[in-house]
Amino acid sequence: MTALRFLVLVTALAAGLPLVYSGSYLYDAILTPFLALSLAALGLNLLTGYAGQVSLGSSAFMAIGAYSAYNLTLRIPGLPLVAILLASGGITAAIGLVFGLPSLRLRGFYLAVSTLAAQFFVQWALNKFGWFSHDSASGVISAPALQAFGFRFESPVARYDLSLAVVVLLTALAFRLSRSQTGLNLIAIRDHETAARVIGVSVVKTKLLAFLISSFLIGVAGVLWSFAYLRTIEPNGFTLDRSFQILFIIIIGGVATIRGAFIGAAFMVLLPLGLSNLGAALLPKSFDSGVLEMSLKVVQGSLIVLFLIVEPNGLAALGQRLWRRALPVRSGSKPDAQPFAPPLPETLNGEI
Amino acid sequence: MMEELRFLIEVLVGGLLSGVMYSLVAIGFVLIYKTSGVLNFAQGSMILFAALTVVSLLERGVPMALAIAVSLVGMIVIGMAIERTVLRPLVNRTPITLFMATLGVSYVIEGAAQLLWGAQVHGLDLGIDDSPLEIQGVLVSSFDLVAAAIAATMVAVLSAFFRLTRTGLAFRAVADDPFAALAVGLRLPAIWATVWATSGIVALVAGLLWGARLGVQFSLSMVVLKALPVLVLGGFDSVAGAIVGGLAIGAAEKLSEVYLGPLVGGGIESWFAYAVALAFLLIRPTGLFGRKPVERV
Repeated sequence: MTALRFLVLVTALAAGLPLVYSGSYLYDAILTPFLALSLAALGLNLLTGYAGQVSLGSSAFMAIGAYSAYNLTLRIPGLPLVAILLASGGITAAIGLVFGLPSLRLRGFYLAVSTLAAQFFVQWALNKFGWFSHDSASGVISAPALQAFGFRFESPVARYDLSLAVVVLLTALAFRLSRSQTGLNLIAIRDHETAARVIGVSVVKTKLLAFLISSFLIGVAGVLWSFAYLRTIEPNGFTLDRSFQILFIIIIGGVATIRGAFIGAAFMVLLPLGLSNLGAALLPKSFDSGVLEMSLKVVQGSLIVLFLIVEPNGLAALGQRLWRRALPVRSGSKPDAQPFAPPLPETLNGEI
Repeated sequence: MMEELRFLIEVLVGGLLSGVMYSLVAIGFVLIYKTSGVLNFAQGSMILFAALTVVSLLERGVPMALAIAVSLVGMIVIGMAIERTVLRPLVNRTPITLFMATLGVSYVIEGAAQLLWGAQVHGLDLGIDDSPLEIQGVLVSSFDLVAAAIAATMVAVLSAFFRLTRTGLAFRAVADDPFAALAVGLRLPAIWATVWATSGIVALVAGLLWGARLGVQFSLSMVVLKALPVLVLGGFDSVAGAIVGGLAIGAAEKLSEVYLGPLVGGGIESWFAYAVALAFLLIRPTGLFGRKPVERV
């Protein structure tokens, strides 16, 4: 089964789901946030997993996307949906490019710390200047429903379908990119920047391109997160913790794989639900939301450490191994015909 | 004119003193980074854990000295446990992988600290007087002075330890070249365990001082975010850099808050230190005192 066929199959299943099941909880609380987080993680994975540039500012870029979309719908009435999405992603990409400039000079930790600057600066600016939130008194804006051809994406299923369409399209593009020369260049500068430069990869161009594409995807993810999932926008929804969450998604899901972003996001969305059910069953009296939040932190943190030690390529690699074991290679089938299987790196390489 | 100058000095002194507090956090990072090449993001949550343990014991009627002793033992155990269970299995992995592992550890410690002791805000009174002192007409907080003195003592003790003792010499050897150190028979695991235990002690001191200043609560672990620009400015592997960086960031932050803040509407302390550090990095990509990496293809 080729990657393309796999994508088409999964998409068809996902698109057909509302025809058989229409309970709004599934779409509202699980699938839509899953799609938005997957897209954000996909964006970060291109930057961190493929290009090796660690960013701790993803949620700031989600915020930029969300606020761009809000201001575009507010200030340019009647702007078509596609234009809103493209422009929000474009604005985020432009700002991402600016914050990516230090990467030309800085590496490793120094770069990671500089992306924190983006995180704090953006959060501060969105809180400080009322223009961004149209001088909303509480700072929490309710996001209007997105519209296309007179149709309002308001019901849970409609918002899910919209997210699905956007995510599938961008995933297909990201997949093509990861297999192209540009994708190889990204991996080259991750694995050894100087060596990449020596064999003729333009490091400047490739790094900035990585920031550009990654920010675009994360910006669009921010639009989906606020308009399709939360339907409210506030600066405090895009904190450093969200950035860490997206980073954790790619570590748990699988660094430098397309499917890792999806597996990791699914895991991150389901983990709190599973934990809260488990906690309620084990300790029905004392398991309140505070305890849940803290135990979630402990579990997430332990999983990160565990994955880094035992399976640095995440659930994606784990799944692939199990898959191979379950289906031994038959003669006649190509051994590398795995769904989405780009060459796996040994580990995430982040030399200083 | 005199009045303005006096005000400027007052702001500057206040900034330098709070900078010492940043250095205190940064030193914990440098210790570990120097010897094991790990940027320990969990330092902040260790600070939270230490302070929370002391406060919770105090509130249960345990005397101060005992509470600090218990917390001290706890921090040493935690430090060594992190080294043993997290870093040893990850030996020889890339620095960024190690950093992410400590990020995971910081989540575990933060969650565990609050599961164990609860998430409410506690006040911590160390019995240090916090009244403004007037020195040459300049107002200085006496708490800040005591804190700075404690920090300075700790730096002096650590430097003496590094310079004068056999263990300190071993630390420096490992920092210089782990393989050569291993080859001459130094036991790396024992040294790493000691370093992690030491950083636990540093976390306790920082936790007590910061806790007394800010109150002991979840946000205490966020002081790590104050230390990062200091590290960037000073270089991740230099104790002297952590101190100079801390002073510079502290002063720059206070001055900008007073003189630049009103121009843009205030609240800039969340990112200003980062902007300073970043601007500086563009000139010197490895900080003030950081070692320049040599690259081989």
